[in-house]
Amino acid sequence: MTQAPPREYFEFFGLAPALSLDAADLQKRFYELSRKWHPDRFSARPPEEQQIALDATATLNDAYRTLRDPVRRAEYVLTRNGFPIGEQRTKDVPPELLEEVFELNMALEELRSGDSGVRPQLESAREHFLSLRAAVDGELEELFRSHDSGGGETVLSAIRGVLNRRRYIENLVREVEKALGARATA
Amino acid sequence: MSTFQIDFGEANKTPIVGIDLGTTNSLVAFLDLTGPRILPDAEGRNIVPSVVSLAADGGMLVGEAARDALITSPERTVYSVKRLMGKGPSDVADELKLFPFRIDETQDSVIRLKLGDRTLTPPEISAQILRQLKQQAEDHFGAPVTQAVITVPAYFNDAQRQATKDAGRIAGLDVLRLVNEPTAAALAYGLDKRKQGIVAVYDFGGGTFDISILRLHDGIFEVLATNGDTHLGGDDIDNLLLRIALEDIASEWGQDVSGNQEAVQLLRRAVIRAKERLSFVPAVTIELDYRGRQYARELDLATFDRLIAPIVERTLEPCRACMKDAGVTPERIDEVVMVGGSTRIPLVRAGVEKLFRAKPHTELNPDEVVALGAAVQAGILAGDVEDQLLLDVTPLSLGIETMGGLVSRLIHRNSTIPASAVEQFTTAVDGQKNVLIHVVQGERELVKDCRSLARFDLKDLPPMPAGMARIEVRFLIDANGILNVTARDVRTGAEQSVEVKPSYGLSDDQVEAMILESFERAEEDIRERQVREARVEADSILTATEKAKKDDAWMDLSDAERALVDRAVNELLVVYHSEDYVLIREKIEAVNEATMKLAENMMNTAVRSALKGTKI
Repeated sequence: MTQAPPREYFEFFGLAPALSLDAADLQKRFYELSRKWHPDRFSARPPEEQQIALDATATLNDAYRTLRDPVRRAEYVLTRNGFPIGEQRTKDVPPELLEEVFELNMALEELRSGDSGVRPQLESAREHFLSLRAAVDGELEELFRSHDSGGGETVLSAIRGVLNRRRYIENLVREVEKALGARATA
Repeated sequence: MSTFQIDFGEANKTPIVGIDLGTTNSLVAFLDLTGPRILPDAEGRNIVPSVVSLAADGGMLVGEAARDALITSPERTVYSVKRLMGKGPSDVADELKLFPFRIDETQDSVIRLKLGDRTLTPPEISAQILRQLKQQAEDHFGAPVTQAVITVPAYFNDAQRQATKDAGRIAGLDVLRLVNEPTAAALAYGLDKRKQGIVAVYDFGGGTFDISILRLHDGIFEVLATNGDTHLGGDDIDNLLLRIALEDIASEWGQDVSGNQEAVQLLRRAVIRAKERLSFVPAVTIELDYRGRQYARELDLATFDRLIAPIVERTLEPCRACMKDAGVTPERIDEVVMVGGSTRIPLVRAGVEKLFRAKPHTELNPDEVVALGAAVQAGILAGDVEDQLLLDVTPLSLGIETMGGLVSRLIHRNSTIPASAVEQFTTAVDGQKNVLIHVVQGERELVKDCRSLARFDLKDLPPMPAGMARIEVRFLIDANGILNVTARDVRTGAEQSVEVKPSYGLSDDQVEAMILESFERAEEDIRERQVREARVEADSILTATEKAKKDDAWMDLSDAERALVDRAVNELLVVYHSEDYVLIREKIEAVNEATMKLAENMMNTAVRSALKGTKI
């Protein structure tokens, strides 16, 4: 009789709960586990085993989606260690971004009212936010490494702070791209 | 006669067939040792036109025969029923302007089509096509076929998938898997020979358009993203040409024939032929000969291209979105595969080539490639193909309605399936006994802009103060892309009952009723066939006996033996016209026995003559 696999994502993949992962290795493991657990492999088996395979593959796919993405992976680890990620609060502007966000909103407003003269300003704002995001990603990588070498709660708490900032920047990028994209095709 | 019992070992497994249930054409295929191949009908035709017609005697016509009925009795004939699968009557209002379908207006959530004196749902009509394909496969194997893989457009939503599964059940098929058409095509192309790479499958069929982008890796076919339009296909080109031709005729003849179904269907046939020929010749003439009046209009390829350019462009936008979701640029796509009859159109090929900057694959017959792929998937399920595995995705995001008519997204589009999400629910007022969860599919923020999928009713909650109940609900999209919902009381761990109310589609009870009805009808059909077959057999034994009585061997029998034969023949003649095929067969057997000696005598005479070298 087939035994259900572990539901914990890292365990399922046979990995230690590290924040830095080798993407190619993860993909290889995903394919191997898919070959083992996919419902297609169980179509001639008893219904109970088919159910186990279905549940296992659903968990496997959910786990892969989570682990292959650094941000989701970090959120998963935070939640499991008692650092829940709250609802995203876009109202809380990180203080160092206050001025830029104010200018951005003005420019977006002007674009919406038909002034395409602000486009260059928005383009450069996008570039700026993208470089901010890249910097944050670098910061995260650094923190991931110190977590994996036994960083403890201080590091987790720091990661949570950086993730919140990243999410805020991500929203800004999306908003600018939406505004630029919508105008470009109109 | 004794039959040979040959043990083929593994070959004795019940076959699992692959079925392409298409908008225009349907096919059935099977994977044997030589590879996947189409199982043709008795006349050797691979393709069954997806047309169903109710004959005057109440029987159902399917395929070629039904296609002819489209001209002679359009009000009893349905085509392109796939476009109506999983839809509500309000969804298809536009459609009905050009299709001759008549809908029972009194129904709300399920479309019911009127065919003569019968009212049928799209799954029941599709089941007729499936039954025809099932029969074809059974004739091929000489054994019952009860298990199948059926393909669906990748962009089909939950209701459309469910409706397809229902059709299978009504036809007496256990649908082991629904496979997305573009993915099936990738399997058929055996592209895994290329060990690694990114492949785009462009599937432009009769009624639907799909684009899928896959990563191949040592036999694993991982779908990265899919996109499409379940209401865009060759039908739209036909309808466009049809509308133009009708207007043209109205101005030329001074008579509007668009209300006349016979004329419309004749003209529809003419524009389809013109469209198809334009893939091979630079100009064609659309001709209609109707009640002594002639219409002829030349259409050249350049004009045709200009007319259909907007339709072709509508397929390219989903392609761009799909590449974005898959995170690939055109340069990274190694191969492009073309599927569906509409990809024969030169403008379509040119558009695809330009977008993906690669010459598309067209080696396999675009009408057959999906069925062949379905047969490969059937082989995977049967355990005959071990190195290949398909990892598909859900085309649409799944969410639930939250306060203010907003959607809270639980499973994102392009998630590999099976996929699941867990949510906790509680009560809002003291003693509340039910919690209703509204599930929708789509990418928009507001419930009203998404497709309502179903309402799940968590019933019989134990009475508790507001907010105290803790019900954990698990939403699971299975490998068919169909949603399953289970719920559990977090406090007690007990399973919580969930009642499903599909927004569009049939309830389980309705499907059960249709299965029963189809069985009853099938039994009627089978009995009729048995009677007919018994009579045919009776005919042949009566003729043979009549002939034998002229042989010398007849006179070699004793009087008693001759009387026995005459009595048996008489008894068979008496029951010949009864409806009881068992009785007819009994009497046939009796004649058989009574004429045993006669047959032996004849055989001996023949052998003796043969030995003597003389002719009988």
